[in-house]
Amino acid sequence: MKVVLKDLTKIFPPRGRKGKPVTAVDHFNFEIPDGQLIGLLGPSGCGKSTTLYLICGLEKPTSGQLFFGEDDVTNLPPENRGVGLVFQNYALYPHLTVEQNITFPLENLKKSERPTKEEMHTRAVEAAKLVQIEALMERKPSELSGGQQQRVAIARALVKMPKVLLLDEPLSNLDARLRLQTREEIRRIQRETGITTIFVTHDQEEAMSISDMIVVMKDGAIHQIGKPQAVYDDPTNLFVAKFLGTPPINTFEGEVRSGQLYIGEAAVLETPRAPDGRVYVGIRPEGFRLDPEGKLVCHLTGVDVMGRDTSVVSTHEASLDVNVRSIIDSEDAQTISGKEVRFTLRPSKVLLFDRTTEERIRYGK
Amino acid sequence: MEDNKLVYKTAARKNRIFHTVIYVFLSIWGILVLFPFYWMLLSSVKSYSAYTAERVPAFYTLSPTLQNYVDAFTQVPLGKYFLNTLIFTVITTALMLVVIVLAAFAFARLEFRGKNLIFTLFLSLMMIPNELVVITNFVTITNLNMRNTFAGLILPSVTSVFYIYLLKENFEQIPDSLYLAAKVDGTSDFKYLWKVMIPISKPTIVTVVILKVIECWNSYVWPRLITDDKNYFLVSNGIQEIRENGFGRENIPAMMAAVVSVSIPLIVLFLIFRNKIMEGVSRGGTKG
Amino acid sequence: MENNRKAWLYLLPAFLFLGVFMVYPLVDVFVYSFEEGYNFASESFFGTGGYNYSYVLHDPYFLQAIKNTFLMVVITVPLSTGLALLISLALSSITPLRNLFQTIYFLPYVTNTLAVGLVFMILFRKTPYSDGMVNRLIHLFGGPTVDFIEGPYWAKMFVFCFYIIWVVMPFKILILTSALASVNPMYYKAAKIDGTPRWRVFTRITLPMISPMIFYLVITGFIGAFKSYSDAVALFGTNLNAAGINTIVGYVYDMLYGDSGGYPSYASAAAIILFAIVMTITCINLMVSRKTVHY
Repeated sequence: MKVVLKDLTKIFPPRGRKGKPVTAVDHFNFEIPDGQLIGLLGPSGCGKSTTLYLICGLEKPTSGQLFFGEDDVTNLPPENRGVGLVFQNYALYPHLTVEQNITFPLENLKKSERPTKEEMHTRAVEAAKLVQIEALMERKPSELSGGQQQRVAIARALVKMPKVLLLDEPLSNLDARLRLQTREEIRRIQRETGITTIFVTHDQEEAMSISDMIVVMKDGAIHQIGKPQAVYDDPTNLFVAKFLGTPPINTFEGEVRSGQLYIGEAAVLETPRAPDGRVYVGIRPEGFRLDPEGKLVCHLTGVDVMGRDTSVVSTHEASLDVNVRSIIDSEDAQTISGKEVRFTLRPSKVLLFDRTTEERIRYGK
Repeated sequence: MEDNKLVYKTAARKNRIFHTVIYVFLSIWGILVLFPFYWMLLSSVKSYSAYTAERVPAFYTLSPTLQNYVDAFTQVPLGKYFLNTLIFTVITTALMLVVIVLAAFAFARLEFRGKNLIFTLFLSLMMIPNELVVITNFVTITNLNMRNTFAGLILPSVTSVFYIYLLKENFEQIPDSLYLAAKVDGTSDFKYLWKVMIPISKPTIVTVVILKVIECWNSYVWPRLITDDKNYFLVSNGIQEIRENGFGRENIPAMMAAVVSVSIPLIVLFLIFRNKIMEGVSRGGTKG
Repeated sequence: MENNRKAWLYLLPAFLFLGVFMVYPLVDVFVYSFEEGYNFASESFFGTGGYNYSYVLHDPYFLQAIKNTFLMVVITVPLSTGLALLISLALSSITPLRNLFQTIYFLPYVTNTLAVGLVFMILFRKTPYSDGMVNRLIHLFGGPTVDFIEGPYWAKMFVFCFYIIWVVMPFKILILTSALASVNPMYYKAAKIDGTPRWRVFTRITLPMISPMIFYLVITGFIGAFKSYSDAVALFGTNLNAAGINTIVGYVYDMLYGDSGGYPSYASAAAIILFAIVMTITCINLMVSRKTVHY
């Protein structure tokens, strides 16, 4: 089922007497193709959870429309939309067993649609098998680990056979190891069921690793939509560039003068199509190449060996961050000595941004 | 070395004395608490003739009898009093539960205009002593011709602001996401209350029920004001009636048998739910 | 809007009950107290003013009730609180038998005041046929026997106070033992390392830590004791004015109902005077506690 957001807006009324109305979601327009896994990504307070609640119907939009396929569901109550929602803290009913939790949504169906007891059991077992918890059906939530509770919550969302599955920060309550495991699991479940799935996260790595498409948001506005790699390689503005990638992109003050990009007094790159003027320069950590003849000269502060790669930490006067982090091949790193490192830059990893609008300036061929 | 041993020994001896004193002290209060219970039990199994013959009361009896219990239930309508109290307690508690669960749910879960103001007014009602409102209630019930009816006994005893408060606090501890999850699945508010909130809050609800049962079982003032027909007496009034007009003559052993019978249900309840009751009382029940 | 309606629906039963049996009576009791010469049968009155208050304040029975109540409150509140503190301290310093003692001490809470009061009466009274249990003990120690139930005033007051203390102890012991248990044991360990003597540990650590609870007990103790009534009935029978041991609440009910009853206006005035006394004492308590209690 494809999901279409059309001018969707949510404005919360002011809190208290002195409060101002808050625009949590500002004229969202996008289309989620059928059967895809979408990550809504942004820092906390950017409106991503509100977007999720708008899609599932827990919040009513202030204006705009929402379509599931061709159907306008803007004014439908949640239970008639055919959505499954998994909460950040899972929201399992503590007094019910795993099986009772999973069948709970089915018991709310109207008499005519409600399956018989046996059918409910069968469907609960099917859902449980899908998330591999069929051995835990008689337990209470308090007797399960965090990862198991997560699976129960997913099974409960899936048992209604929803058209759209929504996950609110699905991994944030899990420890680091489980997080890796669970995100593969979510990917697998989504592939097996083919259900259009939307999940919310503030962790860009999480979003990049499993999404077919990511939506980067900030302050109630969409900044960029696209395939993870495309967004990473070709961000539309400084915020998106900074938000994606670990270690984060390095930023410098720079200036374009007659087709040359200067950082400090060094002309580091040819930028034939960029207009003259001062700019922000973003350089991905993998955009540096050690070169004794290199134009960009940094003061070396440390070298972290991380197996295959080596991270070279240095400083530069024009850098906007405390450190300049570059990642290079461990073999090349052995040549480093002295107080200075010299780099040449890979043009595809160097991004220019306007000083005032922070929008991308495209300069290549 | 030797010195250390000596210090240790004196300290140990001091400790032993300290503990002995404590146990003696605690035992004295224990005896003071238990003695009236022992005495009512003892007197209730002495025969009437044996009891009245004792100019100096005896601490034991060698010929216990259950005749007094038979007398207590046949010569005065103690059974009727029990039944009345049971009816009164069950209906009052059940009505109260319905009222407080609904109100607590509205305060804890629903959003409506003026909620904070209304809740503050509710809380301020907790300070109103019963003595102040009993007068008008007496007049109201009398004018409604509800004296000597169960309705008259029960209706003014139903509400408890404190229990609404207690339950509301408990309801609020249930995470919001459970409510939202239920909404996504199309659960109605009432069904959510019934299927999720009440089961989760069961411990608090049980506590409230026990406290209300104790309160009902022991209530005296209101029933005394509103009933003068023996057919509607509760046990407290029954005991008072037995004391004043008794068994035709002053029959202490039979009176004690009645007292034991009245005391046993609550003591049994207490021994079963000891922890629940003590926890509930320490959370804010004062006697009466 | 729909939400509003639904919420009111849920609140409706509570509003009905509270409105009819609490809010309306609260207003009404003030109205009654100013209606002079109210006739219960015809529900008519012939004037408004402060006469009811003046009548009540000049009624010897009311003055007797005030005296009895104050005397009893002043005796029982400090005694029961102090005794409860001692018992709780003793309880918290032992481990074996602690649960047993706690269970026993709580028993008076779950017993019917009227029923056990009857037992107290039997124990304390002296009849032409028998001296009773307590007098037997007094006799054993060589004292003169006395009828505590129908005898001299001091004897009646003694039994009354004794019974009230017996009845209120469970609640106070329970509150204080849980207050003591909630003091972080770290403080005691620290004191032990410093070799602080027991008494100093008590006055410098324990007492300040549980002082809010002690004041809570004092305040609720005052309020509760001022409202005593059924304890007196249990010991001395329903005709408390004749026995000279009536309480303020007893006076209110006697004015309302029974052989001397039928005067809701006088009852209202007396109830409001009681309420004023309780409020004043509570305010004084709160003021004192602000100055002395460490929160």
